[in-house]
Amino acid sequence: MSVPLVTRPPSTGSAAGRARRISRRRLVVLTLAVLVVAALAGTLMFGQTFYPPRDVIRVILGEQVPGASFTVGRLRLPRAVLAAAAGFSFGLAGVTFQTMLRNPLASPDIIGISSGASAVAAMAIVTLSLGRTEVSVFAVVAGLAVALLVYTLAFRDGVVGTRLILIGIGISAMLDSVTSYVLSQAAEWDLQEAMRWLTGSLNGADWDQALPTLAALAVLTPVLLARSRDLSAMQLGDDTASALGVRVERTRITVIVAAVGLIAVATAAAGPIAFVAFLSGPIAARVVGPGGSPLVPAGLVGSLLVLVADFCGQFAFGARYPVGVVTGVLGAPYLVYLIIRTNRTGGSL
Amino acid sequence: MTRTETRRPPYTAPARRTAGTRALWLLIGLLLLAAVMAASLAFGSRDVGWSDVWSALGGADASLEQAAVTKRVPRTVLAVVIGAALGLSGCVMQGVTRNPLADPGILGVNMGASLAVVTAVAFFGLSSPTGYVWVAIAGAALSALFVYTVGSLGRGGATPLKLALAGAATSAAFASLVSAVVLPRNDIAGSFRLWQIGGVGGASFDRIGQVLPFLLVGFAVCLLSGRALNSLALGDELAAGLGERVAFVRALAALGAVLLCGAATAVAGPIAFVGLVVPHTCRLLVGVDHRWLLPFSALLGASLLTAADVVGRVVARPSEIDVGILTALIGAPFFIYIVRRQKVRAL
Repeated sequence: MSVPLVTRPPSTGSAAGRARRISRRRLVVLTLAVLVVAALAGTLMFGQTFYPPRDVIRVILGEQVPGASFTVGRLRLPRAVLAAAAGFSFGLAGVTFQTMLRNPLASPDIIGISSGASAVAAMAIVTLSLGRTEVSVFAVVAGLAVALLVYTLAFRDGVVGTRLILIGIGISAMLDSVTSYVLSQAAEWDLQEAMRWLTGSLNGADWDQALPTLAALAVLTPVLLARSRDLSAMQLGDDTASALGVRVERTRITVIVAAVGLIAVATAAAGPIAFVAFLSGPIAARVVGPGGSPLVPAGLVGSLLVLVADFCGQFAFGARYPVGVVTGVLGAPYLVYLIIRTNRTGGSL
Repeated sequence: MTRTETRRPPYTAPARRTAGTRALWLLIGLLLLAAVMAASLAFGSRDVGWSDVWSALGGADASLEQAAVTKRVPRTVLAVVIGAALGLSGCVMQGVTRNPLADPGILGVNMGASLAVVTAVAFFGLSSPTGYVWVAIAGAALSALFVYTVGSLGRGGATPLKLALAGAATSAAFASLVSAVVLPRNDIAGSFRLWQIGGVGGASFDRIGQVLPFLLVGFAVCLLSGRALNSLALGDELAAGLGERVAFVRALAALGAVLLCGAATAVAGPIAFVGLVVPHTCRLLVGVDHRWLLPFSALLGASLLTAADVVGRVVARPSEIDVGILTALIGAPFFIYIVRRQKVRAL
């Protein structure tokens, strides 16, 4: 994650080594993509009842299959698509923030951006009973506002990582309590609905939720990927990046807006699925190794995490867990481990 | 009052307060507490006249109003006791760790107590109320130890921001474990909100009685540690030079703080930020001498939590806002303010 392409000195880099790194990266991305497709297919086929691949494909092609049309077409397909799309959004946006702020803890779900989107989405749905599109718009605006607020509050003779993260944690404590309040004011207290806005859940997913997430992904992913090289350069510090010809401020603003947009739209649909944005980047960096942009791998890892966690949450345990609880339990130990490791190596967070 | 006998170290100079000022603030603090307690009895989803409050306190419960007051009495007492415990334990934690960001909520201690209780109830069939308290205190102690160890790893020891980060991360981690344990169990999911948010609704004198012995021991230990905390504030070497057994008093005071916040969490759930806001405010009012600061923190903590409870009942009529939500809304901006004031050197 920390060795971007730009660091390669133009004359001394061995062409063979570079080719090896690139082919390894291609292989990893391909493997991840295959795994995501396999997980998608798996969640479509398996469940309370099993449907063979032939039925699933016929349903996707629009044919009427007794039983399968409802179970696969109306229940499992939107849920799986939403899981993959939301996971990709969280992973991609998370790693963007982590790269830009040069800190694995600076992911949007820790510094309060997801909490802001979630609080406003809960308010828009529970209190104002708005439709899906308006909710997404509200969530995006709230996410941007929180990002701006955290950045402004953290700015004092420059932005220091630890200060930004702690301020984000403070903001997210406030926003979470707003969410709790909004939920306690709802007409009936529904634990499942509450869990969606507190930890994220895919229960009751339908196309109204999946399509906006897919649309945001289709628009914003190219924006982020186009900036991936500039983003890597900015990891070396703003001065170096501008010496390399990157327009730092413009890149930063574009990237923040795009990443917050992804996070907010996905949050408005599935809630702030706990720790996916935080986990995907480091996992992707580990499997890809140095020598390439971690953006796409992190998105794929995010998809895979959400798909698998949702499937496990539904069927692996005696009770049905919302996906956010499963990813929360996965992410919690890693969060603590990360703090221990950073403190021990004496790095400044 | 005792200032003539005890020579105060020079570091307190900027915050020196005369005994008169302190006595005045003490009086104001007591009046404030009395006022919020009265408000807590009178206001709620149904407001009650003072004459009814008075006769209900005398034992009458003939009318609906008087019955309402009778129901509000244990709740008020609980808010006072829990607020005092949290304010005091935050003050002791700030003194023991010499860290302006210390608070039982921020350092993950309250969430540790919650996790311990929830785990014991779900997996080990814990059902005795006294057992709750023991388990909560054990969980609080373990997580305090854990967070302090994690926060003091590496270069520079336990700097305020490192400790706060370790605490916040641990707290977030524990919170998601609590959800995972609680959610699928319908039998305890009903009280889920209590464990996640923190509140003093549903108080009864029985429940207060179960935690009272623990709280009393905690209050005693904490209030008596004022002198030791004053010495610790000078730094470990100087404190040892003054004849203080540094490790011992630090452990003892920390134990008192853990007793308080563990017992408070056992009965009211994890309430954050009270232990942060209160000691800082008190320091502005009465200076940095812990012998004054500690009782004042208890007093102001009690007033703050009771007031938050009243506001929560009045604002959201006919339902209510849990105090945990209100204290987060009040406390988090304060937390951000203190984080911003920390110098980059301390990062």
